[in-house]
Amino acid sequence: MAQIEDSGGGGKKGPGVKKAKKLSTQVDMTPMVDLGFLLITFFIFSTTMSQPTTMSLIMPKDTENEEEQSKVKASGAFTVLLGKADGVYFYEGEDASALQASDFKKIRDEIIRKKKSTDPKDFVVVIKPNEESNYQNMVAILDEMTINEVKKFALVTISPQENELLKATETANGIQ
Amino acid sequence: MSGRSKIARKSTWVDMTAFVDVSFLILTFFILATKFKPEEPVEVKFPSSVSADEFPEVDAFMVTVDKDGRVFVQMDDPNARRTIAQNLSETRNLGLTEQDIKSFTNAPSIGVPFANFKSLLAMPPDKQKEVHQPGIPVPDSTGGELYFWIRDAKSTYAGKKINWLIKADNETRYPVIKNVLEAFKRNDINKFQLITKFQDAPVGTALWQTRQGVPAK
Repeated sequence: MAQIEDSGGGGKKGPGVKKAKKLSTQVDMTPMVDLGFLLITFFIFSTTMSQPTTMSLIMPKDTENEEEQSKVKASGAFTVLLGKADGVYFYEGEDASALQASDFKKIRDEIIRKKKSTDPKDFVVVIKPNEESNYQNMVAILDEMTINEVKKFALVTISPQENELLKATETANGIQ
Repeated sequence: MSGRSKIARKSTWVDMTAFVDVSFLILTFFILATKFKPEEPVEVKFPSSVSADEFPEVDAFMVTVDKDGRVFVQMDDPNARRTIAQNLSETRNLGLTEQDIKSFTNAPSIGVPFANFKSLLAMPPDKQKEVHQPGIPVPDSTGGELYFWIRDAKSTYAGKKINWLIKADNETRYPVIKNVLEAFKRNDINKFQLITKFQDAPVGTALWQTRQGVPAK
């Protein structure tokens, strides 16, 4: 640690000169180096770790070919509904009454299962968030599309009947 | 110290001054290399995704939505901001003066209805930051006032490729997002980028296999 050394009184220089005790100070710089490197590490991490990335979202054009839109076979459709409290529900084909509850982890298995058993030409995932779902749910489902390499998917408005069914399932499952 | 030790102690005292100089030099480099984020009026926690597309820094028109559904608009190019302020002043009869337009070019982002636009710009910059901006009204699927902002941005950048960015909070309710998307759709814009944090592809999934270079089944 820091110390002050007394190098002893010098020899007598001459008459009238008092003995001058030379004091030398040594400061131990080690803690300052530690601090310096700590601050460097902090700045390294704060500059490189905060890069946001982006996710492309392409929405289909509205009007255009009506025929193209309904070419997809109804049986190849997999519909995902998003409700409140991170609720995920799905049904296959056109039959909305067969609505099943799921969550963000299990929905991946369901998508994979449906994808495997359907012709790639006909497989489409239709995503319908209701007014109580949030942005994070929407991005999570869109992310699942990328993760499972689902080529055809659509983000559409939920119909009133489906919304009723969803709310009914929510109350049946006791979600407030 | 009491008593002298019999064994002669060799002291290993290293002069640390050089180390300190080097460490402060490196520190200064990193401090100067940090690019400060443009000040945002709202803190937005955005979700993560496996998408690794780069965040475009230029020619970007960013719509920020916070968790209460307040919509803010940001553009990186000051010249573009100037032009859009002038256009909006004409088309919406805002009566912006040269001073107001200058204030807008320096403002980081805007989130007020057109009615309050002029009064916000008339305030000095530090007062502007303190104002709790209510957000651009986007009440329904016509896109509200955001429609006009986007329309003007399109004509400002006429011809050049614009990156349309949407940054929304995790807890933003879907209806607000839908209205924002409608504002874009009414302007014939169908391709945007959502700002997300990067997250690795979960192990074993189709995407993970592609990224590993294993051909997908």
